[in-house]
Amino acid sequence: MSFTSLTDEDRAAMLAAIGVESVADLFAEIPADVRLDRPLRVDPALTEAELWAHLSELAGRNSGTGSELSFLGAGVYDHYVPAVVDAVMQRGELLTAYTPYQPEMSQGTLQAIFEYQTAICELTGMDVSNASGYDGTTVAADACFVAKQTTGRTRVVLAETLNPQVRQVVRTFAPGFGLEVVEVPHDGGTTDPERFGAACADAACAIFPQPNFFGCLEPAPELAAAAAATGALPVAHVDLMTLGVLEAPGAYGCALAIGEGQSAGNHMSYGGPHFGFLAARSDYIRKLPGRIVGETTDHEGRRGFVLTLQTREQHIRREKATSNITTNQTLLAVAGLIYLSWLGPEGLRDVGAASLSLAEHAKRRLGLPLAFDRPTFQEFAVRLGRPAPEVIREARKLGVHPGYALGRDYEGMDDVLLVCLTEKRTAADIDRLAEVLGRVRAVAA
Amino acid sequence: MKLIYEKSRAGRRAGRVPDPGVQAAEVPAELARSQPPRLPELAEPELVRHYTELSTRTFGIDTGFYPLGSCTMKYNPRINERAVGLPGFADLHPHQEDEGAQGALELMWRLQEMLAEVVGLDAVTLQPAAGSQGELTGLTLMRAYFADRGEDRTEVVIPDTAHGTNPASVAMAGYTLVRVQTDMRGNVDVDDLRGKVGEHTAGLMLTNPSTLGLFEERIAEIADIFHSAGALLYYDGANLNAVCGISRPGDMGFDIVHYNLHKTFSQPHGGGGPGGGPVAVRRELEPFLPVPTVARDGDAFRLDYDRPKTIGKVRGFGGPFGVFVRAYAFMRMWGPGLRDMSEAAVLNANYVLARLRDAYDLPVDRHCMHEFVVSARHLKREHGITALDVAKRLMDHGFHPPTIYFPLIVPEALMIEPTETETRETLDAFCEAMLAIAQEAADDPQTLKDAPHTRPVSRLDEAAAAKRLLVRYGFEDHPTSE
Repeated sequence: MSFTSLTDEDRAAMLAAIGVESVADLFAEIPADVRLDRPLRVDPALTEAELWAHLSELAGRNSGTGSELSFLGAGVYDHYVPAVVDAVMQRGELLTAYTPYQPEMSQGTLQAIFEYQTAICELTGMDVSNASGYDGTTVAADACFVAKQTTGRTRVVLAETLNPQVRQVVRTFAPGFGLEVVEVPHDGGTTDPERFGAACADAACAIFPQPNFFGCLEPAPELAAAAAATGALPVAHVDLMTLGVLEAPGAYGCALAIGEGQSAGNHMSYGGPHFGFLAARSDYIRKLPGRIVGETTDHEGRRGFVLTLQTREQHIRREKATSNITTNQTLLAVAGLIYLSWLGPEGLRDVGAASLSLAEHAKRRLGLPLAFDRPTFQEFAVRLGRPAPEVIREARKLGVHPGYALGRDYEGMDDVLLVCLTEKRTAADIDRLAEVLGRVRAVAA
Repeated sequence: MKLIYEKSRAGRRAGRVPDPGVQAAEVPAELARSQPPRLPELAEPELVRHYTELSTRTFGIDTGFYPLGSCTMKYNPRINERAVGLPGFADLHPHQEDEGAQGALELMWRLQEMLAEVVGLDAVTLQPAAGSQGELTGLTLMRAYFADRGEDRTEVVIPDTAHGTNPASVAMAGYTLVRVQTDMRGNVDVDDLRGKVGEHTAGLMLTNPSTLGLFEERIAEIADIFHSAGALLYYDGANLNAVCGISRPGDMGFDIVHYNLHKTFSQPHGGGGPGGGPVAVRRELEPFLPVPTVARDGDAFRLDYDRPKTIGKVRGFGGPFGVFVRAYAFMRMWGPGLRDMSEAAVLNANYVLARLRDAYDLPVDRHCMHEFVVSARHLKREHGITALDVAKRLMDHGFHPPTIYFPLIVPEALMIEPTETETRETLDAFCEAMLAIAQEAADDPQTLKDAPHTRPVSRLDEAAAAKRLLVRYGFEDHPTSE
């Protein structure tokens, strides 16, 4: 491989133009005691062919969903990613450009972000979306920061049914933001609106999921109303792929809608890169973090797109900025846009309906006791009667990953398995899961 | 050109979803969607044409020279894109058991080791999503470190040349900002610094080479000032491309370092992201790193959550794995030759600087590292031509403009970073364009003021955008301009 083009002749001519004898002279200002006087201790360089063999070997030692029948969800979902998404993402112009600081060079990127913002607003029922956050965890911290700046209050409320990683990330950054975090325990698998509302007194915002981490459907309109009644900003953490079937957060009074965008057209890729989305009612536009693209015209009156309200951002406002974010997840957000455009409104509803229907079918077919007596979406929690990690380990030996062990995050759930269905699974796959779980549980008994 | 929503026609569609062949289920009526979202409705051929057309209205590194200072716009190897698509990587669920993800974990572990060696520090977290998140992570580590020692330190020092992310991160981490000036040689003003470091100081955030593209010559002395006061040094790795294999932040005295995998190690910038912002620390700070990190036991690798003093998590899972695959691939193709990479980057930058030095103003007359800053001050004074005009006119010559108006201490700044991957011919063509523009400023300033002349749009009215605030398509209510 060679990613540089300088020949010996080039070097000599360039050094002469600079007026130095050698490349070493260019580094003369680096004091001797901070120079590295030995080669880097890293493995020798590989050719592309050697690298490909090495990476293929590494990849081959992973069990992806192509080699193992998997019912894992818990925040990352195995929806089908169509070929058009990868094809467009590999367009070198979109792939290798950067932040569109110079709009005349970047109308393609800017228009794609504008179209993405529109899609997110449509799905969530909001007025404005940023160009993306890092993932579904960091946008929750962003929402807390927006709420603190807006309300001046210093407490945030999280439903315990929110993805544990989302709660962990909020807790990591809350002290620096000057925020205290309060969690509201679940009651039988969902959040009780009265209990939630009571916790919201004097809170800046209150974040709840829909569907929740157990797969259950929260009484979202009631939770939003309970938070709003106290002056806390209601924030829904939602999955884009459910929003063809489930109500938009904007329709039940949320101030912000956030979430993990992976399920829309991003490969699971062992956790990233994906994108987080953050949308809000127009009242909050000047407090939002990150890039926002707006429409304008050029000198001849032609439509064009630019980064707008940049006075919120760190490169202008520095320590007074609404966030420190600069590099975001634009390419993944555009992948989401292309996927959503590929599906259209009917396709989006079909994906949601298929996942929901398969999950209901799996509940019946498995016949295991449900951990919670609540309506669910594409995931549901069952009691196995023995530790879930053991069942997972044994089922994997039979080629099936049966789901996520909720005991990793919640007390008293050591035998609870969270099973996820997407439109990629079939009734035959569910038969196979039932058979394997039956065998594994029989072995134990 | 039309928006995809303007090409939409009811009843068209591209993707179809398999019929699950099971009894249809519904959600409770009170939770069901009331109005369908107005997503675009197109068949697949028009979808592909639309986004292909958008790509042609975008300028990337693959299109041409992109000397955007501080962003390290180097060539992104294509093998990396093929590698992330390997099914064992792309289709790997992040909750997969460690036994089912040994290849991914080994890759992450090896990347941690290589990154630690490049900066000369002890331990690495791959988790942060981008450079600015690395900054916030590093400052949160500082906070945890001092809390653990029972010390109440509230101030972080940054130079006036710093990236905007530094002060923003300081504020988000709950610290008070203390600014230090730059001296006549472009270094941190050490005399100014001495008076600003004391018992309340948590640390310094510094980019080295600085945003002026200059190596901080008194770095050892600066490190001593902070360490003597019990404070820590944070290295903003935005400019690491200058010094790989040449000088290591750990050896300079830095305690915490963030990398920008999308700059130094070639993750494609994607029109704004994704990035990768791993953080390396000295041994004393390791107990506070986010969880999980990747640990090795003999031939087996595992996610390690056993870190009682951890600051917690800063994003989901172990970090942006696809970014790791690309960075790892890139580093394995260079190997110890990463030093040659940095040398070529510095040679290219100095060559462009040498060719432009007579036509533009130099804030400081020194050899640069991987980038440099010139000023269009005299063009503005004599001809009314600003850095913005120069930038816009470069587009007509087929180049992406440099970073402009940064660093803030240089008026009419143009910050130029060629990277190691450009040919001498490209650099020459760029220099000739810059020289022609300087001449044109005298001969025909109006052509410069009206530039660009060759892009799909001319200069856009940014003030109007902020006033109208059209930030989404309005469907039937949308103004009809095209």
